[in-house]
Order: sequence, then structure tokens, then C-alpha cells
Amino acid sequence: MPADSPNPPAPLVACHECDLLQHDVPIAPGETARCVRCGAELARNPPDSLDRTLAYTLTAAILYVLANAFPLIGLELQGRYAEVTLFAAVRNLWHIGMQPVSALVFVTAQLFPLLEMLMILLVLVPLRLGRRSPRLVAFFRLVLSVRPWGMMEVFLLGMLVSLVKLAHSGSVILGTAFWATAALILILTLAGRAFDRRVLWRMSHPEDA
Amino acid sequence: MKPALTARQAGLLSCHVCGQLAQAPLDANQRSRCPRCAAPLHQRKPASINTTWALLVAAALLYLPANLLPIMVTSSPVNHQVDTIMSGVIFLWRDGQWPLALVVFFASVVVPLLKILALVYLTASVQMRSRHRVMQRARLYRVVEFVGRWSMLDIYVITLLVALVQFRGLATVDAGPAAVAFGAVIVLTMFAALTFDPRLIWDPLTDSETADHD
Repeated sequence: MPADSPNPPAPLVACHECDLLQHDVPIAPGETARCVRCGAELARNPPDSLDRTLAYTLTAAILYVLANAFPLIGLELQGRYAEVTLFAAVRNLWHIGMQPVSALVFVTAQLFPLLEMLMILLVLVPLRLGRRSPRLVAFFRLVLSVRPWGMMEVFLLGMLVSLVKLAHSGSVILGTAFWATAALILILTLAGRAFDRRVLWRMSHPEDA
Repeated sequence: MKPALTARQAGLLSCHVCGQLAQAPLDANQRSRCPRCAAPLHQRKPASINTTWALLVAAALLYLPANLLPIMVTSSPVNHQVDTIMSGVIFLWRDGQWPLALVVFFASVVVPLLKILALVYLTASVQMRSRHRVMQRARLYRVVEFVGRWSMLDIYVITLLVALVQFRGLATVDAGPAAVAFGAVIVLTMFAALTFDPRLIWDPLTDSETADHD
């Protein structure tokens, strides 16, 4: 059995979905390593990860400002006009007695996506400038716990469904924030694909490399 | 072929966050932290089965008010319409907007129900230490993890419609109590998927090689 000398520094990884130990083989840029037993993704090696992730995340941060500063949708009904921003919609839910739903929308569509972007920048900018600190790595754990709760892409679909429903009652105007949100989701997807967590673990502990 | 060896069999803990392997402490009750990223280390997610059950029971109970109570109230001078999730879908279908009706039906009715049923099946099979269809169950868990978030669709639609359609005397839209229950179902099932540990699906396979006392 190879269990005789299970020394952690050996180049082994355990699959996070099925716990199987396997060799941490080097992977070429653009390649993905998968678990031999369950097929879960073990590691990816996106080319030029740090620079690309930073570029995409900075772009996303600018789009986020636009997506929140301008109205999402406008509606004209028999000469009367209304438009909403995301935060106005959240505040409205709060005031009509739907506080739990309002909080849920605020957290999933506004707060957590923002926190995720800010924390990625807070960790990657110092890394890019050559500063390495184990505290950054500990801090990065927060990013991973926030990530499942950001649901901007579902929000975009929600906007589309709302548009179709509203198209019956009046004329609908797509606001600046609608397009900014659509672009933001595209950029966030690219940022997620460009990001390689291992860059972080490796750079923060140079003695491991 | 050499026998499969898991980190647990090798006496190693793998960090949930960064994947770093570390020696498990000799005393099982001793808590340890990842040497690289300082996350708490566990062999398996703590109390995974019990926590997942509790969350699933709560979600299943709230699934009823979420579907039976009104979620949206639409008023105009000629018409006052109270909709549940399902009646909203039927209204869209009759209105000829069947692609939209299908999207809402899947996101709001099918996904939460299937997610609860799938997690019940997974948790029960893990508790009974089943060795059947392991790969299929592992895939099922991945699907459940991925699709759950799309149930938020209706919550966002209501948020936007309620904020936008407030033309007094012409048309207003209000949210009903089902919105709160439905939001709770989504949050509870998301936590249930997070507390479930997929490694438990695979554990019975390797336990057969070592001594298994239960």
C-alpha cells in the first residue's frame, strides 16, 4: 500500500468531492485536471491568470457602478412614466413590509457581488505589486464563502422575464443599467474563467513553489 | 491497478478552501487549522447528515405556503387578480407566452421540488451507506448544486414589478406572503446543498476495504 509514508509535502491532492488521493500532475496552460474517479475538476491552468483576472475584475467594478447608478427598466403607461434602479426596488420592498425578501435581493444581487469584486481586488492588487502575505490568503477564504450567494446572472434573467410581462401593459424602456448588468455578467464569467486560485496559494507561500 | 486510497484512509485532512493536505491530529476531537490558509480543517463537513436533514425538513414545510399562498396581486380598474406561483404560470401559458411560462415553471416549481427530493435521496442513501450508483449520485449532487440558484428568478421578477408598476388608478402590482416563504425555501435548500458532503457518497466504497463496524 502506498499509505506507508503519507507525507503531506509529497505532490498529492485529494479530490474535494470524493476524497481520492492522486498525484498533483503539472498541467499545461489552458488545460484542466480532473479526478480519475469522479471527474470533479481538480485544477485549471488558465494562461496569464493574475493579469487577466485583474483586468476583468477592474472592468467589472466599473460596470457595477453603472449598473447600480442608472435605472434598469422604465415603463410608460398612458402618458405616465416610471423607472427603477436596483436599490430603489430593494428599498421599495423593504417599505411595503417584505423585509426578508428585500434583504435577500439586496444581498444576492447587490452586496455580495460587490464584496466579491472588492475582495478579489484587495488580494490580487498587492500580489501583482509583489507583496506576499499569508494574511491575504486567510482573507481570501471570505471570497469563497461569499461566492455561491452572488446571483447577478439570475437577476438578469429576472429582468428579461419582467420585460416580457410588462410589454403587455405599456411601453418598456431598457435603461443604461440593464445593458451594464448584461455586460457585467459577461465580464464576471470571463474573470471567473481566468482566475486560478493556485496562483494565490503559490505566491503567498513562496517556499512551497 | 493499485487500490484507491482516500485522504481519510491515509490519515490526511484536505482543506475545504485551498486543498492543502495536512496530517490529521492524533486526537480526533482536537481542532486543527489549515497550515496554508488557516481555514478550519475537517475530515468531513461536521454533522453533515443531520444538518442537511434539518434544513430539508424546514424547506419542505415552507414549500407548501410558498405554493399555496398568493405571491403577486395585480390590480387595475377593471380587474383584481391574485396569483399563486402556479396560477401565474397558467396565466402566462393561456396568454400565449408559453416559452416564458416554461421558464418560470421550471425555475419556480420544478427546480425547488426536485432539489428537495434529490437531496432527500442523496442524504438517505448516504445514511444507509449505499454502494449503488455512486457515480450517478455524484453527478446528481453537481446538478443540484448548479441549478438551485435559478429559483431566485421569481423573487427578482416580483421585486422589479412591484417597484415599477405603481400607477395608482391605472395599474398596481403588490407582493404576497408567498414571496417570503419562497425566498426561505431557496435559502434553506442552498444551505442544505452546502452542508451536504459529497465525499460521504464515496466513503462506503473504500470502507469496505478497511474494517467497517457499523
